[in-house]
Amino acid sequence: MKSAVIQLPGLNRDRDMIAALTKISGKPPLTVWQTETELPDVDLIVIPGGFSYGDYLRCGAIAARMPVMRAVAEKAAQGVLVMGVCNGFQILLEAGLLPGALMRNASLKFVCRHVKLQVANANTAFTRAYSPGQIIRCPVAHHDGNYFADPETLARIEGEGQVVFRYAEGTNPNGSVNDIAGIVNEAGNVLGLMPHPENLIEDAHGGTDGRPLFESVMSLAA
Amino acid sequence: MPQANRDNGAKHATSRPIPPKQQQMTIPNTVPITDELIAAHGLKPDEYQRILDLIGREPTFTELGIFSAMWNEHCSYKSSKKWLRTLPTSGPQVIQGPGENAGVVDIGDGQCVVFKMESHNHPSYIEPYQGAATGVGGILRDVFTMGARPIAAMNALRFGAPDHPKTRHLVAGVVAGIGGYGNSFGVPTVGGEVNFDPRYNGNCLVNAFAAGLARTDAIFYSKAEGVGLPVVYLGAKTGRDGVGGATMASAEFDEGIDEKRPTVQVGDPFTEKCLLEACLELMDTGAVIAIQDMGAAGLTCSAVEMGAKGNLGIELDLDKVPVREEGMSAYEMMLSESQERMLMVLRPEKREEAEAIFRKWGLDFAVVGRTTDDLRFRVLHQGEEVANLPIKELGDQAPEYDRPWVAPKAPPALDPASVPQTDIAEALVRLIGSPDLSSRRWVWEQYDTLIQGNSLQIPGGDAGVVRVEGHPTKALAFSSDVTPRYCEADPYEGGKQAVAECWRNLTATGADPLAVTDNLNFGNPERPEIMGQFVRAIEGIGEACRALSFPIVSGNVSLYNETLGQAIPPTPTIAGVGLIPDWSRMARTAFAAEGQAILLAGAPEGWGTHLGQSVYLRDIHGRAAGTPPPVDLEHEKRTGDFVRGLIRSGKATAVHDCSDGGLAVALAEMAMASGIGAIIDEPPADPAAAFFGEDQGRYVLTAQSDDEALQALFEEAEKAGVSLVCIGMTGGRELKLGGARAISVAELEEAHEGWFPAFMQG
Repeated sequence: MKSAVIQLPGLNRDRDMIAALTKISGKPPLTVWQTETELPDVDLIVIPGGFSYGDYLRCGAIAARMPVMRAVAEKAAQGVLVMGVCNGFQILLEAGLLPGALMRNASLKFVCRHVKLQVANANTAFTRAYSPGQIIRCPVAHHDGNYFADPETLARIEGEGQVVFRYAEGTNPNGSVNDIAGIVNEAGNVLGLMPHPENLIEDAHGGTDGRPLFESVMSLAA
Repeated sequence: MPQANRDNGAKHATSRPIPPKQQQMTIPNTVPITDELIAAHGLKPDEYQRILDLIGREPTFTELGIFSAMWNEHCSYKSSKKWLRTLPTSGPQVIQGPGENAGVVDIGDGQCVVFKMESHNHPSYIEPYQGAATGVGGILRDVFTMGARPIAAMNALRFGAPDHPKTRHLVAGVVAGIGGYGNSFGVPTVGGEVNFDPRYNGNCLVNAFAAGLARTDAIFYSKAEGVGLPVVYLGAKTGRDGVGGATMASAEFDEGIDEKRPTVQVGDPFTEKCLLEACLELMDTGAVIAIQDMGAAGLTCSAVEMGAKGNLGIELDLDKVPVREEGMSAYEMMLSESQERMLMVLRPEKREEAEAIFRKWGLDFAVVGRTTDDLRFRVLHQGEEVANLPIKELGDQAPEYDRPWVAPKAPPALDPASVPQTDIAEALVRLIGSPDLSSRRWVWEQYDTLIQGNSLQIPGGDAGVVRVEGHPTKALAFSSDVTPRYCEADPYEGGKQAVAECWRNLTATGADPLAVTDNLNFGNPERPEIMGQFVRAIEGIGEACRALSFPIVSGNVSLYNETLGQAIPPTPTIAGVGLIPDWSRMARTAFAAEGQAILLAGAPEGWGTHLGQSVYLRDIHGRAAGTPPPVDLEHEKRTGDFVRGLIRSGKATAVHDCSDGGLAVALAEMAMASGIGAIIDEPPADPAAAFFGEDQGRYVLTAQSDDEALQALFEEAEKAGVSLVCIGMTGGRELKLGGARAISVAELEEAHEGWFPAFMQG
């Protein structure tokens, strides 16, 4: 699998993502700096987590307007798989590549802990290695992960199966509507999620529940 | 170098010789030097005389500011230096001891760990969020200035009584500030301490620790080399924030403390993260000759330190300094404590390459001066020479005091007969749900403990553990410890105990303890009884560090932690680092399985005997009495080495040290961490002392309950000269301590997890 990781100043889980992609696919991803206007030909583009531009103004708002994001949008339109994790999810929302918004956690505090996720749609390019309804563990680490969408949008994404991951068993850490933890776009090739699958891929992490997400994409690319 | 920290500056009046902001005019360098001005700079008359003798003339206004910045307690260690010299700082593992930005310790395979702890007490009390945030920022900068990528952070926090009106505000702000900076920067916070005591009502303590990983052949120092080379300013722009912070706002607190709020700097973790990446990228190019972060007294301290260490003069042209405000005077620029800045001596042929890196990261890069061969510190501003001072003497000739001290009197030993019997089960439930022993989850879930993907143990165990990236088996363990109530009762024993407990916590994971950094928080050293606490604590720390081959490689002293004459209890925080050669053979505190034998190592005959200064005595019986538990350092070492051996050989399946709350609290924590209960035998002597005594040098461990294997363990212990007794078995969902009522693990958890969130909700 060929992959690329977008690098913007202030992102800080890029190294975690690069490590995960390297360990799982056996090949280090390409890295793409904020000012690039063209992306390499890859199977997967990842926008990792962190605090791009300090999360000043609004999480993801400045990043969404950088040149590299126009290139990401073009690739997404061509059907290339794009995944945004945490700040990456916020950026995809701000860029209009996914519907809805992420607000400050209901607790108003940063939260880092393991939560339970239900695979709400195992029929996507990102989740086919999971079984439908499977409950997995996954860490979260964010201040602004409270997913919100207006009732019409919510009804649409729920109806179309665009909700891919839900917080399960009462572990919703941020107040997200319908326990939404991750969604895909209508075409199913752009995924945004708050939890960090890249931090749960080996025994040292205390589990490997994040691994199938990467393996799903890999099996398509192979 | 010392960070922008206001903890140790000399006493001063509250007036500031800076015009009101609306005037925004440059202060002429010709402001007359009056006695009031000298006093306002925290300089005593004899210290001012020393300046006159040194330079043979009256200093300019800017020069006075420079002297006050270099000669305050924080930068000069003038009260503590004499005693700090007695501490052990070397060992075969030590690459760099105290005196640089951080200590450096070898971990083999061409790698080293770079670490330090530093206080941000005064600013955090005045403005908790920014005070704590910039404390974290400062210590991270100390680590990456040396070429190390930060891989772990901890913080030791002390607050006043939970019911004091300010405490909740401080807890909320400090925790949010630490998280706000560390999370955004991207370093996992893997350990720390939180304690409450009314003696911190007027002075909270925020001690921030950071550790980084570097290659031993790529460590960067602050010593300048080469004449006529460019001095480069890196990072964020200079503003008026924190002007004179190290001197002006450092002293005991009084009623006027709210006026000091503007002297607290504002942190920008985004810029710091960019600065980290830019610096590491720059260091890879070979462009850096010397580098120093700007902490306390900003440009002044960093420039003087680089020059003085390298036997070189430095000339700065302030017109080249990137500023974010107009009309800043030379005085303000030299004393600004704006954050996220660095100073560097650059290889001139690499200038373009270096500048490109900083431009890429959106940071300032400006050549602001040059090294010279005349050993002068010269500062130019708008065509005028505003300072011209002997650079070596600015640092070396700072006053040094041998302050008078009186040895504190040790309290009488506790009469055990004076402690009434209590219900053991009820006492345990109360203790594990008390302010000091309840779960700190509310705190550490606001910190990113998992970023970088290497965290093997996060807060809640004996020590934080982080994998060494790029190595298949190695990991580093981190722990921060001190028991202020022991130090208050007997600073010498308390100092020893802080070191021993840190060593023990690292050992309990299976790590070889390598070295420590100390953060010595005390009251006003001009009072002989406070100085006595300081001296005796240092003696205890030194003795323990020597006995355990656990040298001190960096540290910080924070004095004047007093409000209206009320000092904090002596709080010498010890933060240690240990190396685990193979993390697949690492111990955790959680019981590993049901049906395992529970063993107690290093205990006296009655399991526990010492209730003096225990949490049990204080929180159940409302008494602070007796001597603290003494630490037998030979016993400590012998027991620890034995336990570490059992971890390495895979014979110990879980390990936890006994500390606050004694054996009962250790067992409860092991049960809660695993969800597995235990049945403990009736102790051989007084159950209260056995379960709640705080005798030192003890570990609880578990092992397979196979008779033969256990017999072999007991023989091994006997050979090592370590006491080892089987005290019970793991199993079920209840903890039963001898004849006391069985407590369900769920009940323990409810009490343990409940206190902090309920307290913060109010």
